[in-house]
Amino acid sequence: MMLNAVYIIWLRELKKFVRDRSRLVSSIAQPLIWLLLIGTGFGATFGKVGDLQYIQFMFPGILVMTLLFSSMFSAISIIWDREFGFLKEMLVAPISRTSIAIGKAVGGASRSTIQGLIILVFSPLIGINITLGKFLMVVPLMFFISFTISGIGIIIAARMESFEGFNLIINFIIMPMFLLSGAIFPISNLPSWLSVVVNINPLSYGVDIMRWVMTGVTERGPAFDLMVLSLVCIFTTTISVYLFSKGK
Amino acid sequence: MNIIEIKNLTKKYGEKFAVDDISFEVIEGEIFGFLGPNGAGKTTTINILCTLLQPTSGIASISGYDVTNDRDNVRNSIGIVFQDPSLDGDLTGEENLRFHGMAYNIPKQIREERITYLLEMVDLYDKKDELTKNYSGGMKRRLEIARGLLHHPKVLFLDEPTIGLDPQTRNRIWEHIRELQEKKGITIFLTTHYMEEAENCNRIAIIDHGKIIALDTPENLKKDLKGDLITLKTSDNEKANEVLKTCFSLNPYIKDDSIYVYADNGENFVPKLFRALRNYEITSVSVRKPTLNDVFIKLTGREIREETMGGVGRMREMTRGR
Repeated sequence: MMLNAVYIIWLRELKKFVRDRSRLVSSIAQPLIWLLLIGTGFGATFGKVGDLQYIQFMFPGILVMTLLFSSMFSAISIIWDREFGFLKEMLVAPISRTSIAIGKAVGGASRSTIQGLIILVFSPLIGINITLGKFLMVVPLMFFISFTISGIGIIIAARMESFEGFNLIINFIIMPMFLLSGAIFPISNLPSWLSVVVNINPLSYGVDIMRWVMTGVTERGPAFDLMVLSLVCIFTTTISVYLFSKGK
Repeated sequence: MNIIEIKNLTKKYGEKFAVDDISFEVIEGEIFGFLGPNGAGKTTTINILCTLLQPTSGIASISGYDVTNDRDNVRNSIGIVFQDPSLDGDLTGEENLRFHGMAYNIPKQIREERITYLLEMVDLYDKKDELTKNYSGGMKRRLEIARGLLHHPKVLFLDEPTIGLDPQTRNRIWEHIRELQEKKGITIFLTTHYMEEAENCNRIAIIDHGKIIALDTPENLKKDLKGDLITLKTSDNEKANEVLKTCFSLNPYIKDDSIYVYADNGENFVPKLFRALRNYEITSVSVRKPTLNDVFIKLTGREIREETMGGVGRMREMTRGR
């Protein structure tokens, strides 16, 4: 019963995702523009980061950025559902609020993973070779990172009544999370105050482990990354489900 | 048999009572109207009955299931059409119904049969593959009614089902509502602030400031007003009012620039009234059967739509236009 409810919420997310072509195009164009402009531009100055070409260093970061934006937006679409009344339809149905929150997160993670896969297609052009073994690690990792971020998005959306705070979220949560995740610069030699901020940013662990899977380069070690991410995932899922069940 | 039972139901927001100790029952199979001005507590009551809100105190049950402790059974027993649209505009009409059917765990084959049947019933079968954001207001409302019926609820809640719709669409929605009651025996609980629509109900409860101030059939409520409503304008309303009180021992009252008085056999009373008021110039007089609107004015001392219409000027305009 619970699984059935999660399934239908997920199905709706996917249906809307497939239908919304313009958003799909823009959400794929954005990381490609970053890769092309910032990757080439910074690459010309930095040259190499360790053994990697700058653009190769950046690529896993941009992949995670795609997941970040996509997961956040789909979680925050709860505000749209509230505004357009559809949330009420879900709330009066004989399905638990827990399954609505989980269904939203699974739906968001699926959308993000599909978008990530599209970006992944460009990896050979960057000179990153994705073997079958890597691929089988990258896909579940993309899903896991997206699911965790969706939890954060639902926590934010659970208490928001209107779109008004939306720009605030982009400017003060999503952008800093991306910029301070080690996606576009290494985090090893940062001044200590910045280092603190990076360390409390859960996304930085996602970027590090993704980079390790794809290129073998890591600054913290994959085991540590995975442990932190798992803790964050349990935490955000629990809180998001709690807030969502308590909300009106 | 009572399908809805409400006892001492109260909902407080801070110090304000949105619903103040109300008790009543709804009988299975009836069209029950919940009537009151905006902000009277109608939607709050519906939200409690639909398990969306927790009451501060008191109990309510639907079909024997308690609305706070037995939510899933309540949710399976009711269908709801909210005041504001609650469709997913990015899904087609058919998909909106399908989502609903899946959420209520209706077996696939039965679900698809019912979807077709209901889409035909509300004349939307031709539009089933269109995104609902492209539907008109009336089409959306009709689809929502179909959706509310998909899981065969015992009670259908309609919160202001015809608000914002043109008269033609309103009539059509009402045809559907009556058909449902007659053919399917569904209990219908609706809120409205349209008095004319309340006349279609088997029984109505009038709610004001969170309290039920009257509950009966529309006929009985109007009977309480005793007789016909006579409206007249004279050269001196104050004095004419006094004359009516003393000569006929009636209870006339002045509102705006007219005198209102209820009297038995209005047609026969008017000549007597003219004789009694021969010293004053009578500029207009009308006799009519009282409406529910008059019941509301009598009970609360004001027009039901004051709050919705805004300024007193607009209200006057309406009264005059009648």
